Amino acid sequence: MLKLLVQRLALGMATLLAVSVLIFWVTELLPGDLASNILGQSATPENIAAIRAELGLDRPAVERYTEWLGDAVQGDLGKSLANKRPVIDVIGPRLVNTLFLAIYAAVIAVPLSVLLGILAAIYRNSVFDKGVNIVSLAAISMPEFFIGYFLILFMSVQLKWFPAIATIKPEQGFFQHLYVTFLPMLTLILVVIAHMMRMTRTSVLSVMSSPYVEMAVLKGIPKGRIVVHHALPNALAPIINVIAINLAYLIVGVVVVEAVFTFNGLGRLMVDAVAKRDIPVVQACGLIFAIVFIGLNLIADVLSILSNPRLRHPR
Amino acid sequence: MNVLGYRLTLTALIGWLIILVCVGSAVLAPWIAPHDPNAPLGQRWEAPSAEHWFGLDQIGRDMFSRMLYGGRISITLAFLATCLAFAVGVVAGFAAALLGRWVDVALSRIADVILSMPILMSALIVISAVGSSAAVLILTIGLLYAVIVFRVARAVAMNIVVLEYVEAARLRGEGLFWVILREILPNALPPLAAEFGLRFSFAFLFVASLSFLGLGVQPPDADWGSMVKESALAIPAGLAAPLYPAAAIALLTIGVNMVVDWLLSLHSRPHGDNA
Repeated sequence: MLKLLVQRLALGMATLLAVSVLIFWVTELLPGDLASNILGQSATPENIAAIRAELGLDRPAVERYTEWLGDAVQGDLGKSLANKRPVIDVIGPRLVNTLFLAIYAAVIAVPLSVLLGILAAIYRNSVFDKGVNIVSLAAISMPEFFIGYFLILFMSVQLKWFPAIATIKPEQGFFQHLYVTFLPMLTLILVVIAHMMRMTRTSVLSVMSSPYVEMAVLKGIPKGRIVVHHALPNALAPIINVIAINLAYLIVGVVVVEAVFTFNGLGRLMVDAVAKRDIPVVQACGLIFAIVFIGLNLIADVLSILSNPRLRHPR
Repeated sequence: MNVLGYRLTLTALIGWLIILVCVGSAVLAPWIAPHDPNAPLGQRWEAPSAEHWFGLDQIGRDMFSRMLYGGRISITLAFLATCLAFAVGVVAGFAAALLGRWVDVALSRIADVILSMPILMSALIVISAVGSSAAVLILTIGLLYAVIVFRVARAVAMNIVVLEYVEAARLRGEGLFWVILREILPNALPPLAAEFGLRFSFAFLFVASLSFLGLGVQPPDADWGSMVKESALAIPAGLAAPLYPAAAIALLTIGVNMVVDWLLSLHSRPHGDNA
C-alpha cells in the first residue's frame, strides 16, 4: 500500500510540473507578443526591443522557464505588469478570501449532500428520492450567475436579509465574515450539492445490489443498519472521489460567483488580470489553481486507497 | 408515445420542445423580433409591458429582441465548439483504441496533463495570451472539450474493438479507416450521441460564463451571458432584467439535459437501475 501511495504522490508532482510548463508555454509563446501587448498603440520597434530586454524576453524560453519556476518555488512570482507590485503581495490576501469562501461552503455542503444522498438511497423511488432527482437535474443546469442574481434579488433587495456585495474587511469579526459571505456561500452550495448527492446515492445503491448485502437482508438486519454498517464502508471510496472533484469544482466555480457578488477573491483577480493581459498575475493564479486542483485529486486518491478495506488489510 | 420506433417519454418531449423553441427563435430572429435589437427605444430599465415583453435594457434597447439575436450567437458558438470537439476527439479516441501501444499511451498522457487543470482556467490562460474573439472561443472550447470527448470515444471504442466482428473485419485485411467507419462507428453512435448533447450543454454554459466574465463575446455583439453582465446593475434597483437571459440559458440547458437523459435511457439495460 505504501508503494501505491508513493507512486501516486510522484505522479501528482510530475503532473504539476507538466502543467507549469503548459502554463508558461501558452502565456509566453502564443502569438500575442507580451512586449507589444504592454505597449499597445505606442509600440515602435525600438520600444518593443527595450521592453523585451527589460523583461528578459530576448533570452531563450527554456532558460526563462527554469528561472520562473525556480523563483516561484521560493515564493517569488514576479511583478505585476499593471501596478508593478510583487505578485505575491497582490495574490496573498485574495487567496485567503477565496479559501475562506470555499471552505465555508464545503463545511456545509459535504455533510449535507452525503446525508441527503444516503437518505435518497434508503428511501429509493419514494417521493423524497424523486424530488431530489428533479431538483438536482435543475441545479446542474443553472448557471451560477442565475442562482446568484436570483438570491440577491430575493434575499438582499426584497427581503433585505443579507448584503448584495460581499466585501470582507479585516476589522470585521469572524461571524461578521460568515454573515457577509452567506449569499455567495449559498450559491456555491446549490451548485455543487446536487452532483455530490446523486453520486453518493448511486454508489450506495451499487453496493446495495451486491451479494453480501443481500445476505444481510436475508439475515433480517434493519435497512438503516445495513446501509450504514455494510454498504457505506465500501461505497466510501467513490464518495470521497466525488467530494474531492466537487471541492475542486468549488475552487473553479468561485470565479463566476465572485464576479456576481463582487467578492475580492483570487478568481476575480485572475479575470481582471486576463482582461488587462497582466501575464505574471495570470501565470501565478493559474499555478495556484492548478496546485489546489491537482492537490485535491491527489488527496482524494490517497484517501480512497486508505479507506478501501481490501487495501487496508493486505494479505 | 412512439416516434420513429423510439419510446418518447414526457420529459424527452418537453426537452425536444424547449430545444426546438430556442433554436427556432434564434434562426428566425430577424423575422420575429418585434424591435431593432440595437436601437434605443425609451428610458433605461423600463419595466416589462405589452410592447416590450422583457422591458428595456441599460440604454433603452428592447430586451426581448436582443435575446432573440443573442441566442443566435450563444447557440452557434456552442454548437461549432462541440462539433470541433467531436471531430478531433472521436478520431483521436478511435485511433488510440485501435492502434494501441505508443499512440494510445502518448495521447492518453497528453489528455491527463491537460485535464489536470480546471478547463475554465486553461481557457482563461489562452485568452490572456491571444485575446478573445468568436474564433478563439470556438477553437479554445472545442479543443479543450476534444480532450474529454477523446476519453469517452476511446473508452467506447475499447469495448467494441475486442468484439469478434471487429476482429473478423481486421483479419479480412480491411483498412483502418474502413473498420472505423463500418464496424465501430455504428455501434459507438448511441453513447456518442448522448455525449454530444451533454458536451453541447456544457459548451453552452461555458460560453455564457466567459461572456458573463467579460472575456467571451465582445460588444457591440451580445450573447445571453454578456447580456446578464451588462444588465447586472438593474438588480440593486430591484429589477429582474439580468434574470431573463440567465433563465434562457438555464432553460435551454435543462432541455438538452432532458433529451440526454432520454438518449441514455434508450440504450441502457431494460431492467437497469436508472440511478
